Amino acid sequence: MIENRPGLTLVTHAVLWGGVAVLAFPVWVTFVASTLTAEQVLAAPMPLLPGGRFFENYVEVLLHGAGNSEAPAWRMMVNSFVTAMVIAIGKIAISLLSAFAIVYFKFPFRMFFFWMIFVTLMLPVEVRILPTYKVVSDLALLDSYTGLTLPLIASATATFLFRQFFLTIPDELAEAARVDGAGPMRFFWDVVVPMSRTSVAALFVIQFIYGWNQYLWPLLVTTQESYYTVAIGIKRMIAGGGDAATEWHLVMATAMLAMVPPALVVILMQKWFVKGLVDTEK
Amino acid sequence: MAKVEFRNVRKSYGALQVIHGVDASVADGEFIVIVGPSGCGKSTLLRMVAGLEAITEGEIAIGDRVVNALEPKDRDIAMVFQNYALYPHMSVYDNMAYGLKIRGMSKTDIDERVKRAAGILELGPLLDRRPRQLSGGQRQRVAMGRAIVREPKVFLFDEPLSNLDAKLRVQMRFEIQKLHRQLGTTALYVTHDQVEAMTLAHRMIVMNAGRAEQVGTPMEVYDDPATRFVAGFIGSPSMNFLSGKGAGTGRVALAHGGIVRHANGQVDTGRDVVVGIRPEHLVECGAPDAMFSAVVELVEQLGADTLVHLRHGEDAAVVRQPHSRQREAGTTMHVTADPARVYLFDAGSGARIR
Repeated sequence: MIENRPGLTLVTHAVLWGGVAVLAFPVWVTFVASTLTAEQVLAAPMPLLPGGRFFENYVEVLLHGAGNSEAPAWRMMVNSFVTAMVIAIGKIAISLLSAFAIVYFKFPFRMFFFWMIFVTLMLPVEVRILPTYKVVSDLALLDSYTGLTLPLIASATATFLFRQFFLTIPDELAEAARVDGAGPMRFFWDVVVPMSRTSVAALFVIQFIYGWNQYLWPLLVTTQESYYTVAIGIKRMIAGGGDAATEWHLVMATAMLAMVPPALVVILMQKWFVKGLVDTEK
Repeated sequence: MAKVEFRNVRKSYGALQVIHGVDASVADGEFIVIVGPSGCGKSTLLRMVAGLEAITEGEIAIGDRVVNALEPKDRDIAMVFQNYALYPHMSVYDNMAYGLKIRGMSKTDIDERVKRAAGILELGPLLDRRPRQLSGGQRQRVAMGRAIVREPKVFLFDEPLSNLDAKLRVQMRFEIQKLHRQLGTTALYVTHDQVEAMTLAHRMIVMNAGRAEQVGTPMEVYDDPATRFVAGFIGSPSMNFLSGKGAGTGRVALAHGGIVRHANGQVDTGRDVVVGIRPEHLVECGAPDAMFSAVVELVEQLGADTLVHLRHGEDAAVVRQPHSRQREAGTTMHVTADPARVYLFDAGSGARIR
């Protein structure tokens, strides 16, 4: 659309800036709070310009933790990172394989299994959380990385997306590979996986953030502080005894830290992410 | 190099039989074109040779080996697909080298073969490119390169030119011919285009509805079609068919007026037949000499030739004339033909009457 209407441009930009302000303001407040002393945070109104305690606060929270939570933030960051990576990579690996099986192999009840997977899309984690907890605890997986990640790895969404993508790969490609002498797994590794790499990248971003932001499940399966993820850690830092008992400046610093890795993943993989969502490279 | 043999090959999908017993043998080094309209089973037949479709009944032998139970990779064939089926994420070089790599060939051997094939196909400067950076004709050449490097006993082509534009198709046709002369490998080539079939084939198999209607050299098939289907399918514009009845020795009375003289044997008087005359064999003549007369419906000028479309009662006919004088639609044209160039077919079965 080519238009030359300065008034309209002004209005649209104003709306855009307004939107950005609404989204960015809470983040700014969080950041500012993380650089103040405890007293300054509790002052009303809270200052809106950064204070001088940036390094002190962050070092404090990274190395010693805060509030009820004894675990230092670096430990929780590591836990979150491991959890998110295992979930993202595990989901992608399992979904690639199951979609490959569903699309390229003929076996009894193939469509039945596909629909079984598909139907679980309709069920949020919360619905099956009690039986899942029972299983995990019976397997003695509470307070372990396995327990944190394994139940979240199966993914109907990713399986479905990969299946749809595989269906767009021409049959002749599989046939050409057969004539070339490639067995099914060879075809999978040499052709299917490289062709799916943009989808893999997009899913990685989505699933990493999904894993990083898990709250309810880690809350249930972890009781030792050494297995806390950042999301739980923040909750634990907030004391039950009201505002005065909570070290808000440290909580805010942890919140800032918790935002960094997902943001980095999005920024670094943005090109691939967009490509994976819009591109059909065939 | 090897011969290929089809022995009563049949294919069924469940209760539906799509190939009804094909028998043919392809000599070592021969270029065979399997031609027919879409849905006639020609691609299925080729895919059975490749091992991509199971053979329901009968045998296919490559060399002296019956290959029914062999995997595609063990049949020593290479296939060129209609949509090229190049691996989109691999360079041209890797596309050609992939099959060799899987076979565990050494890097230097692979390199030598790929370079040689690239030389033959003039792909040298393109080896580092990805398929999507290539034009249709170049992709086609890469697909052929992938087949060549394997040095198979048999090449299988599945409508390799149908995705190209007309001009490129003619050029690639020529290149395939050249390539085959150079390599001398047995080739099976599937197409629906009768011009491709005529120009490329040493011999062709004309298929219709799952049957091989005729096997022969292009000129045999053109001059001596075995059935009405073959007669109509080979040749462009296709053969004219006029209904008639036997009317004494060497004569057929057309249903819509006119007597056609023919050089075939006895046709019982009153027997329903179909007269076939190719457009290029119909010539204009004076009214007394005419086999039949018809109204000109449409005139198509092709430059070198002129196609005159005639309406003869319920039948239509086309006359191919050297580009000559202007002719008006609506006028009457008198035509005749050499009796030796008149073919007769049974009206019911379509079988040739000789």
